[in-house]
Amino acid sequence: MALKIVKGSIDRMFDKNLQDLVRGIRNHKEDEAKYISTCIDEIKQELKQDNIAVKANAVCKLTYLQMLGYDVSWAAFNIVEVMSSSKFTYKRIGYLAASQCFHESTDVIMLTTNQIRKDLSSPNQYDTGVALTGLSCFVTPDLARDLANDIMTLMSHTKPYIRKKAVLIMYKVFLKYPESLRPAFPRLKEKLEDPDPGVQSAAVNVICELARRNPKNYLSLAPLFFKLMTSSTNNWVLIKIIKLFGALTPLEPRLGKKLIEPLTNLIHSTSAMSLLYECVNTVIAVLISLSSGMPNHSASIQLCVQKLRILIEDSDQNLKYLGLLAMSKILKTHPKSVQSHKDLILQCLDDKDESIRLRALDLLYGMVSKKNLMEIVKKLMLHVDKAEGTTYRDELLTKIIDICSQSNYQYITNFEWYISILVELTRLEGTRHGHLIASQMLDVAIRVKAIRIFAVAQMATLLDNAHLLTGNMQRNGICEVLYAAAWICGEFSEHLENPMQTLEAMLRPKVATLPGHIQAVYVQNAAKLFSTVLKSQEGSTEGTAAQETSQLMIDRLPLFVQSANLEVQERASCILQLVKYIQKLQQKEVEVAEEVSALFAGELNPVAPKAQKKVPVPEGLDLDAWINEPPSESESEDEQPKAIFAKEEPKHSRSRHTEVDEKELARRREARKQEQANNPFYIKASPSSQKVYQESPGVEHIPVVQIDLTVPLKVPGLPMSDQYLKLEEERRQKERADKKKKEKKKRKEKRSGRGRRHDSGPESEEDITPAHMVDIVTEEMPENALPSDDDDKDPNDPHKALDIDLDKPLADSEKLPVRSHRAAKVAKSPVEDGDAENTPPSQEPKKKSSKEKREKKKDKDRDRKKSKEEKKKKKHKHEEKEEDLLGGEADEPVVQSEDTTEVVALPTSTNAEVSDLDFWLSNAPVPSNTQEAATVAATAEADSVPEATSGTAPDSDHDEPKNSELEETKSSKHKKKKQKKEKEEKEKKKKKKHHHHHRHHSDGGADESVQNGTVEDEEPLPPMSNYCLLAENSYIKMVCDIQGNLQDGSQVVVSVIFENKCDSLLKSMEFNVLDSLNSKLQRPEGSGPHDGFTVPFQLPPGVSNEARLVFTVQSIVMPQKMKGTLTFIVKNEDSSIHEKLDFKLHFTCTSYLITTPCYSDAFAKLLESGDLKCSSVRLEEVNMPFHHLLARICFHHHFSVVERIDSCASMYSRSIQGHHVCLLVKTSGQTVSIDAKCDEPTLLGNVLDEIKQTFSQC
Amino acid sequence: MIRAILIFNNHGKPRLSKFYEHYTEDTEQQIIRETFHLVSKRDENVCNFLEGGMLIGGSDYKLIYRHYATLYFVFCVDSSESELGILDLIQVFVETLDKCFENVCELDLIFHVDKVHNILAEMVMGGMVLETNMNEIIMQVDAQNKMEKSEAGIAGAPARAVSAVKNMNLPEMPRNINIGDISIKVPNLPSFK
Repeated sequence: MALKIVKGSIDRMFDKNLQDLVRGIRNHKEDEAKYISTCIDEIKQELKQDNIAVKANAVCKLTYLQMLGYDVSWAAFNIVEVMSSSKFTYKRIGYLAASQCFHESTDVIMLTTNQIRKDLSSPNQYDTGVALTGLSCFVTPDLARDLANDIMTLMSHTKPYIRKKAVLIMYKVFLKYPESLRPAFPRLKEKLEDPDPGVQSAAVNVICELARRNPKNYLSLAPLFFKLMTSSTNNWVLIKIIKLFGALTPLEPRLGKKLIEPLTNLIHSTSAMSLLYECVNTVIAVLISLSSGMPNHSASIQLCVQKLRILIEDSDQNLKYLGLLAMSKILKTHPKSVQSHKDLILQCLDDKDESIRLRALDLLYGMVSKKNLMEIVKKLMLHVDKAEGTTYRDELLTKIIDICSQSNYQYITNFEWYISILVELTRLEGTRHGHLIASQMLDVAIRVKAIRIFAVAQMATLLDNAHLLTGNMQRNGICEVLYAAAWICGEFSEHLENPMQTLEAMLRPKVATLPGHIQAVYVQNAAKLFSTVLKSQEGSTEGTAAQETSQLMIDRLPLFVQSANLEVQERASCILQLVKYIQKLQQKEVEVAEEVSALFAGELNPVAPKAQKKVPVPEGLDLDAWINEPPSESESEDEQPKAIFAKEEPKHSRSRHTEVDEKELARRREARKQEQANNPFYIKASPSSQKVYQESPGVEHIPVVQIDLTVPLKVPGLPMSDQYLKLEEERRQKERADKKKKEKKKRKEKRSGRGRRHDSGPESEEDITPAHMVDIVTEEMPENALPSDDDDKDPNDPHKALDIDLDKPLADSEKLPVRSHRAAKVAKSPVEDGDAENTPPSQEPKKKSSKEKREKKKDKDRDRKKSKEEKKKKKHKHEEKEEDLLGGEADEPVVQSEDTTEVVALPTSTNAEVSDLDFWLSNAPVPSNTQEAATVAATAEADSVPEATSGTAPDSDHDEPKNSELEETKSSKHKKKKQKKEKEEKEKKKKKKHHHHHRHHSDGGADESVQNGTVEDEEPLPPMSNYCLLAENSYIKMVCDIQGNLQDGSQVVVSVIFENKCDSLLKSMEFNVLDSLNSKLQRPEGSGPHDGFTVPFQLPPGVSNEARLVFTVQSIVMPQKMKGTLTFIVKNEDSSIHEKLDFKLHFTCTSYLITTPCYSDAFAKLLESGDLKCSSVRLEEVNMPFHHLLARICFHHHFSVVERIDSCASMYSRSIQGHHVCLLVKTSGQTVSIDAKCDEPTLLGNVLDEIKQTFSQC
Repeated sequence: MIRAILIFNNHGKPRLSKFYEHYTEDTEQQIIRETFHLVSKRDENVCNFLEGGMLIGGSDYKLIYRHYATLYFVFCVDSSESELGILDLIQVFVETLDKCFENVCELDLIFHVDKVHNILAEMVMGGMVLETNMNEIIMQVDAQNKMEKSEAGIAGAPARAVSAVKNMNLPEMPRNINIGDISIKVPNLPSFK
């Protein structure tokens, strides 16, 4: 066997490793794909090997191939195998591969839950680290839910390396499982003051990320962040905090006022550009949030602008970019301060860097005024001509339109100029923004009545020269302009100088190559033009002209009737029939012009795009009410549609053209082909199959010439916008002159010497009068339209789920799902250690039921309070009792001890904080660290006297509340049955999968064996916990749980939960034990053998937290006790006292056992081997169902059930040093006999004694 | 948040890709190509920021990159990250690589992409910056490598020997060939800290 393994590993030594693979790929440049496919085949072979090293190597290569774009998801299961290797080397490879290619829909992810949990609780910090890193990349909602509690525990790990990773990953957990946010938040907040800068930075990072999406929930943290900002020296942290303040200030202007000063100081003092930049950014945000007008703020603005100018002038392009970026933020609120730097910004427009030009463009938006708009746009037009890439040119185009159209064309003094700019823009080749230009043209023409004559003339020219736009089919985007042109010419045809010419232009055969929707507009507006033409021609003497026009229409329209576009076809055939009818009337010499123009009478008003939505619902109208009585249910629903179809069918057949049968069609097609083949003029594969009327009589044919349009082209009749610029200059000159004259006159008249205000210097905005008196029609809105604009939120934002009020006290129902024993009805306290590995992933519904109960009870209590005041005292008692019960007295089963204490603590501290925020914001001096804590504590006390006294509750009444709770447990069980069933089904499914992979997945399979023992439970188990009381005094309580370490045979991990029971802050806790020969506390590197272990957190009142300590033990066969002392400082408002608490740490033999699954065949072999010593024990008067008994042994003593037959079960466990422990448990009546075998008799004896003791206690 | 970290060479060959959001392999390759296209056509001496392409991000995202010798280091980040901070992070990353590989060159990245990933994992986790202190990063990376070595122990020796023999027989020794072997010069930029 061993030989075989050696031989195999030698064979495998010649497998390719990653380097070989890379080298191979580089050597096969020509047939890379082929080479890789052979490599993948090899990898597939390697993955079939049993040797984990080979598998890991294969997975490593797959990770590389994944980067090259090969799908490796088929190897997902192998990756899981490598992840679960006990060696760090392979584990790391596995997690890396998983992080690169796992995602939410990878189904093997659910197999990893237990493995990850095991790695998270590994005593080797790098196992944990690697697991956290991997998990951060592929966490799913399920994983987040199942592991949230484990990760939360890691947040107070002794090693900062783990703490910072655990803190950081919480963000991902929150995203996937938003319910975890509230329970985890207090601890996250605590980490903001972690002694390790890395952890602190991680906590800041996470909270900033959370607050960015839902800032209002984090306002209460402002004082804390403010303190950090003034004390921290880490630029990363500072930047994050300052960014966070930028997000918070819009919600609380008072905060902004407080920030200005320290930020200004930072701006002055820092040498780090990144920090400076973020400060400026936040100051800008503050200034935006503040109402303007305060004198000292204009100074801040000036400071910002001035600093930004320095950035922009810097030779470093990055700073230039950022300066412009920040400048654009100031622009929104303080355009004046930015405008003074116009020169600089215009200069940036010429920068060689496109990113910088784009940013400068953004700024231009705010730079314009009536005065300089034309000048700036002229400059931009030059850029348009020069620009190389289409993206930049498109950007320029949109910017030009934005700048001109902003705030309802505020800055445009001359609309003729604007129209000509728009027309010039149509020359852009290959732009995507044709529709933008078109909509501007329409908007201006419709809303500025004075410009219509000019616009119509321009559009007519455009239509006439349409071939220039459409000549190149690639430039389709610009065709949209013709849509606008055609519509404007049609709608305002009364302004056309030569409508006949335009009509002809619109009916050119070339039009048929335009997109359908444009053709449709052409057809419709040709009809409008037709009516105008008729009107003018009928008025004149010659009647034949009108008839000729009709003839033209009749000749040309059939082209559109044949269009493939339904809309075009429909409109064309309608209009064609109409014109034919008109022609008939004309032949009878009837005057038709009046009637025809009546078709298009009336003016269209511009309507705001949102108008329809804004129509208010009239009073008394209920939109959801039935108009008719709802149809009775008895009426079968499928009858009605049938009736409709029956009615409609004849209609359909009528409206259809005469039906031609297939044969006839085929025959015709054949004939047509024949004809085409014989016709020398038929051009095959022409772009449109329609007939081309090229030699129609009476129309001048415009030859289609391809013109290279990159050369600026002057379309005859189109004025250049530049001319307007000159004209405008002249006009303004003249105006100014006029004004001066007038003023001089005035001055002469007055002669008082006071009127010197206007004479010299640049003219002010108002002085510029528009060239045309324009009336910009506002868009129509319905009466009483609601002004609100609250319809732009994205409902799919994942961060929406995280919009959670964090100041509300934590309700019981919100606790994180805690891993619990499969059969346990109530979740046990948060543990992270070995025994929990045998629990299935989630127990949520069951657990909730118990929580709801508790809540109900509290409600009841509340009700009682309301009804009778006399009972108040009694109620207090009740609550106290309850808390004691939940809070975990030593002899009671501890339930959720940690979280409940947090529940008690939370409302008080948050209340205090909210009021604290107001206090803090009201410009009071910032309280120092300790003071603040003290005030919090004080308020907490005031707010919650009843809760705070829970420590001294009487013990005598304990039984009563407990019983009542148990009763309630039973009653609510029925309600939850359904849910439970579903859950169970799910789990069974999961189980199946687990079994399926059993052989490959030995490490993760730990859970089944225990399920075997308990899966058929009818009755729920009472809650269980392994946490036992370590020591307690009036200040603090310690409970602990001891677990062996699977990876290291000589280590034991002790998890201690410290709970603050008093009203003061506990700090500087030091945990020390007297090392014995056999057992030693592992101390941080560099500390002496008698130094204590410093607990890495402080405890505010009522809070509990967990720390983990690692002990090394040599011999594990005997239980042992270690004496120790906890020293700590009790910090009050005015004093601090040193206190200590002695304790005895009891290492039972049980704690050296590790739940290990074992299969019955292996178990049988083990028993047969004969190496094991035998021993047995008898338990009398055990009053519990057999499965409860088994569950207890499993839970408290870390055994797993191998097999169970009726009232007999075999169980197995292993010590950390590899001793096998086998039990055979038999029951008859109230007697339980346990026969046990183990290779170490002393250990066995001790374990059995401990088991006996467990059952004697119940 | 950082959405993706890409390293590719002057020809657009990916040397490392780390996406903190899931994309299919095809999309990933498209993103790399698009990013390369965007970044490679920019001159030296222009700013190191540019708006993200179509595929990755959108208006809220930026590409922040640095160009060292034959390699582009590109980070795709959203607005919550400080632009200059990320530039500095890239510098820290490259300096760390330089320390860990001793005069890092493109070939180090080609042949040891797994190690690069491990180093990166100590700096950025799940799209969030984990550690910016170079000494701390190097310490953790070294500690993990040491652990790996001790695990390999004697069992790893024959494998190492074989790979040494393989290297000997092959004409292509990473350090001795000329393609892309220009070591990445790490300029001493004024750190913002």
